[in-house]
Amino acid sequence: MLTGDDVQAILLTLRLAATTVALLLLIGTPIAWWLARTKSRLKGPVGALVALPLVLPPTVIGFYMLVAMGPWGPIGKLSSALGLGTLPFTFTGIVIASVVYSMPFVVQPIQNAFEAMGNRPLEVAATLGANPVSAFFTVALPLARPGFVTATILGFAHTVGEFGVVLMVGGNIPGKTRLISVQIYDHVEAMEYANAHWLAGGMLVFSFLVLLALYSRRKDRVDA
Amino acid sequence: MPLCRTAIASLSLWVLLLIGVTTFPMAPQARADEVQVAVAANFTAPMRKIAAEFEKDTGHKTVLMFGTVGKFFAQMKAGAPFEVLVSSDRETPDALLREGLAVEAPRFTYAIGKLVLWSASPGVVDPKGEVLRSNAFRHFALANPRLAVYGAAGQAVMKKLGVWEAIEPRIVTAENITQAYQFIASGNAELGFVAYSQVVGLDGKIASGSAWMVPTDLHPPLPQDVILLTPGKDSAAAKAIIAYLRSEKARAIILSYGYDLPN
Repeated sequence: MLTGDDVQAILLTLRLAATTVALLLLIGTPIAWWLARTKSRLKGPVGALVALPLVLPPTVIGFYMLVAMGPWGPIGKLSSALGLGTLPFTFTGIVIASVVYSMPFVVQPIQNAFEAMGNRPLEVAATLGANPVSAFFTVALPLARPGFVTATILGFAHTVGEFGVVLMVGGNIPGKTRLISVQIYDHVEAMEYANAHWLAGGMLVFSFLVLLALYSRRKDRVDA
Repeated sequence: MPLCRTAIASLSLWVLLLIGVTTFPMAPQARADEVQVAVAANFTAPMRKIAAEFEKDTGHKTVLMFGTVGKFFAQMKAGAPFEVLVSSDRETPDALLREGLAVEAPRFTYAIGKLVLWSASPGVVDPKGEVLRSNAFRHFALANPRLAVYGAAGQAVMKKLGVWEAIEPRIVTAENITQAYQFIASGNAELGFVAYSQVVGLDGKIASGSAWMVPTDLHPPLPQDVILLTPGKDSAAAKAIIAYLRSEKARAIILSYGYDLPN
């Protein structure tokens, strides 16, 4: 069965995923909006930057994060100057790492939704006297709702499945940085296969249910 | 547009398939004179040198895999074709024997590890290790004592010195000794226990930072065994590389990386 440590790892993982998705919706929405509407030459480079975690091995992200957030790295110098100390081995540190790592899974669905909407709804809103800000909140956001739902589900699920990055910047501290995936790895390495099965099986069922929800929902939309 | 997407999708599928098919023959395949050796992470650098000398002297080829012995054990149970395990402990070879995944002989201790308390910055670790009793650090890197012998040895040292309770809340656990080194080398942990072989320079002294050579009476010894695995039981090359670890050349390399030799 699940041990106390396992339960702690599960709760911590859920907390990390919720925090990460909340932050990503805040940060990612303006980025997605800009990417969807801009004609700037920077669109390509910024889009590529956001998509990088899709193709980079987590070890690359984790390694650079560890160096950048360390006392001699740029982020580490900044956080030390702000009196926060260095960020690796802290919950804040793995939140930052997860935000970077899950960025494309949140930005891209929202961006796609904004792009699919086109200019027309906003033009209509403008003719009806809405200013750009209220048009964004009353017209664009509701229209892009399916994109936001997909982004939330994918961002959450992807953060739950995070391993390599957290392994490198987390330091495996119970209650602070020891996530489900790290706990499974420890169980397997210590040859505690029964404990590993409980957690790993749980992850398998969870991931399947998330994707099932996602794809069933998409099918409904096509049928409608 | 959908047609175009389908075309691109199927095209990329074909490209992937083509890459898969053309690179397949390059996957490691055991030849008569080739030996697959699983090597514990802490012995990476010396094993590369020893294997190069071995290839020059005997004409056999080696394929080296580096990692934690716990992972190798799991892979062996799943049928991995390793022929030799250059282990970081004695427990894993014992467990492999019990599982019938290794053969009784040849097997021996090829090196004895040395534990060192190390910091990447000069002046942090004093030559007597008194820093362990101070509050001068926030993060202390230790390889997971459940998984890594050097981690267990480090824990034993701290318990023996009576500082374990004071340091435990500040410990960051690394998966293995290589990651412990990374945590310290990047400055994220001010100090921690690593293998002497990781920080020794060409001149036989600590290459950078500051260190305390932990006296060997503070922790259980760290013998590292090599063992012949069942898939290699009929391989001349596998037996040859095991024997080679006892050669003069190999012993000199092992010593130069800061290990002790068994008597």
